[in-house]
Amino acid sequence: MEARNLTFRILRYNPETPDVKPYLQDFQLVEEPGMTLFIVLNKLREEQDPSLRFDFVCRASICGSCGMLINGKPNLACKTLTKTLPDVTTLMPLPVFKLLGDLSVDTGVWFRDVSLRTEAWIHTDEVFQPDVPEGKMDNELAQKIYEAERCIECGCCIGGCATANIKPNFIGAAGVNRVARFMMDPRDKRTEQEYFEVVGSEDGVFGCVGLMACDDNCPVGIPLRSQLAYVRRQMALAGWHMSRNKK
Amino acid sequence: MSEYPLSVTDVLIIGAGLAGERAAIEAASQGLNVTILSLVPPRRSHSSAAQGGMQAALGNTAMGRGDSPDIHFADTVKGSDWGCDQDVARMFVEMAPVAVREAAHWGVPWTRVSTEKRIYDGEEIHEDPEKVGLITARNFGGTAKWRTCYTADGTGHALLYTTDSMVLKLGVTVHDRVEALSLIHDGERCYGAVARCLRTGNLRAYAARTTVIATGGYGRLYGVSTNAVINEGTGMAIALETGKVPLGNMEAVQFHPTGLVPSGILITEGARGDGGHLLDKNGYRFMPDYEPKKKELASRDVVSRRMIQHMRRGYGVDSPYGQHLWLDIRHLGAKHIETNLREIASICRKFRGIDPVHELIPVRPTQHYSMGGVRVNKYGQAYGLQNLFALGEAACWDLHGFNRLGGNSLAETIVSGKIVGEQIAEYTKDVSLDIRSTLIDRHVQDQADRIQKLRDRRDGTEDVFRLRHEMEEILREHVFVFRSAEPLAEAVRQLHALHERTSDIRLRGRGLGADPELSAALRLPGMVKLAYCIAKGALARTESRGSHFREDFPKRDDENWLKRTLAYWSSERNEPVLDYEPVVITESPPGDRGYGEATSGPASKK
Repeated sequence: MEARNLTFRILRYNPETPDVKPYLQDFQLVEEPGMTLFIVLNKLREEQDPSLRFDFVCRASICGSCGMLINGKPNLACKTLTKTLPDVTTLMPLPVFKLLGDLSVDTGVWFRDVSLRTEAWIHTDEVFQPDVPEGKMDNELAQKIYEAERCIECGCCIGGCATANIKPNFIGAAGVNRVARFMMDPRDKRTEQEYFEVVGSEDGVFGCVGLMACDDNCPVGIPLRSQLAYVRRQMALAGWHMSRNKK
Repeated sequence: MSEYPLSVTDVLIIGAGLAGERAAIEAASQGLNVTILSLVPPRRSHSSAAQGGMQAALGNTAMGRGDSPDIHFADTVKGSDWGCDQDVARMFVEMAPVAVREAAHWGVPWTRVSTEKRIYDGEEIHEDPEKVGLITARNFGGTAKWRTCYTADGTGHALLYTTDSMVLKLGVTVHDRVEALSLIHDGERCYGAVARCLRTGNLRAYAARTTVIATGGYGRLYGVSTNAVINEGTGMAIALETGKVPLGNMEAVQFHPTGLVPSGILITEGARGDGGHLLDKNGYRFMPDYEPKKKELASRDVVSRRMIQHMRRGYGVDSPYGQHLWLDIRHLGAKHIETNLREIASICRKFRGIDPVHELIPVRPTQHYSMGGVRVNKYGQAYGLQNLFALGEAACWDLHGFNRLGGNSLAETIVSGKIVGEQIAEYTKDVSLDIRSTLIDRHVQDQADRIQKLRDRRDGTEDVFRLRHEMEEILREHVFVFRSAEPLAEAVRQLHALHERTSDIRLRGRGLGADPELSAALRLPGMVKLAYCIAKGALARTESRGSHFREDFPKRDDENWLKRTLAYWSSERNEPVLDYEPVVITESPPGDRGYGEATSGPASKK
């Protein structure tokens, strides 16, 4: 069979030339067996335009660096095989995050900010005892925590989220999932009121309008829909407890 | 002198993977001001890719019963082919269980001992009910006991996110998308680093009482590697370029038999462990011919050697990405593949569009780990420059000698982070911050000049990407799984020439701002220097030890080679200069590794 000639329509923007408005540029390439967008973009940069900017780190869908809009849908470029794509493919950077150039966006800064705002670490007064065996934990619980911990912060859920696209401080599904992870961890001693302060707001779990694109787009298949429901339920309870205590 | 931002900190850590972050936590908890530089957001670091787990002799499981640091020590030293520093191995094995428990205290969801029914090798495992809920362990090659602690299939990810959460909690400063270009030093002491912002391309200076290199390995020198694309050895290169700091054992490079073609993504040993076969272009299972006893399950280095041998004889499969062989797991059946080998199936589908239930998997030996690195003493202090430390894969501490055991790399990151981090903290308290601003100016100016020259050079003839591919080819062709005098000498000749050609690079673009071509051009000369050190060290080492296999010297030679290579880069001679130091044997005298017949040389020349 004749190898396909592929066209990649890529958004170009160089911060060095801010006067030049972002535009779409077409690149052509012959398809090879087993070709992924990781291979495509590197080939384009090495053979056609050395200034092309994009991010890859692990190229094995583990690190979350290469989230982008592939024909309008957020996904990881590294695991996207060209044989699943039409002859013409549009590549755009993820929205919401700050654009650094071409397909490269500043997801790291966004996620770090959300981690800081939600205080995404174990809160405890217990001091580590090096000579004492570890505290026991039921394996099912450990696996449940890991289910939420698996988020690779690629930003696909955020890029596809209508709320995150219009509300700059919304922590999105990734942020809520992160909070869920600590909420179910008995090592974190935060009370429900303390969690309420972190996510019980319009920027937190109550900002979600339930369109669920996050759940559709998550490339590692985290059950974001149930994580959102879990945190929402916990916060509803916390609100109810707080209002009762006021009376 | 042009203007540049200057940051002053107590401890400057270059690299935000597990080793760097764990050391940062140690220093920050002791009240020191810590700044971390990272090429990428910290949670993107290559540490996140480690799936298997980390070794620590907790002995909680039935299959790990009776395990102890002593047994972990013996495994590690044997694995290293007696090339490791036994003082370091001893400290490491004693601290590993503490480091695992500490990580649990910080929030790592380690997989726990449970009484869920499990069959292994036809026998049912009965866990001790007393131990249920403690951290469990899985089996790994080269270990006498089940010792590898893990979090499902995402150990590195879970450890990195937890460690990074402690970095956040402690308020450690992290500058991401920043690349260190050189160390600021006066030939005796290190004072920090000159770095380039990868958002804007602007230069910055960091002045520090102590500087720490934790930039990971150099797998990308080989082009095809299981490593992330950021593992380009930059930390080692800037240490080497001081002319003072030697790199240890750079020729000690580990290869994994089954990297997926073309991406190099790892297909784990589990595939062969569960009964997968290696086939050649005729669909013939060749391993039994070479290793009648162990077949596909001989040790990593042995299988890699046999695969290359077979391809050399003309049995490789041609592809647009070069020759490869097949891994066949079809006979294991859909049910087994979808349950026990789920990860492998998912990698094959995602990254090659192959269904391993019905199709063959293209594989070939692939660069996997760098045992060599910035030579440091057991406290993590670099040789040759005061106030400089290194740890993790970037360092030659030297825990792994000539072959690293699975599960010991992830363990090294957090254990050395804890041990060396404490040394860094103690040491830094006694160092005064006496830095001359003219010294900083000069080092920034040197880098500014380099950049300007690259932008201005319109008469250059070399393309950075082409040179890079040539370097990768040279290493893959001549300094790979099999080594011998003639190809290695050829590699040295070619790398010498290639290094000279790097001064002739001409950018195709304008190289403004954070231009990726400019970044590549700034990085390449250092990478070629590292490649040169690997090739020259391998040519000089006329023996086989661990992953370093010389066809012309197939035996280990303890009489002459129980020593560590130190490679220096002499700017006057424009080539690396080799020196050696003895490997100190404290507890375990060199003996037989007992990994099968091929570890002491080719079983039979066919």
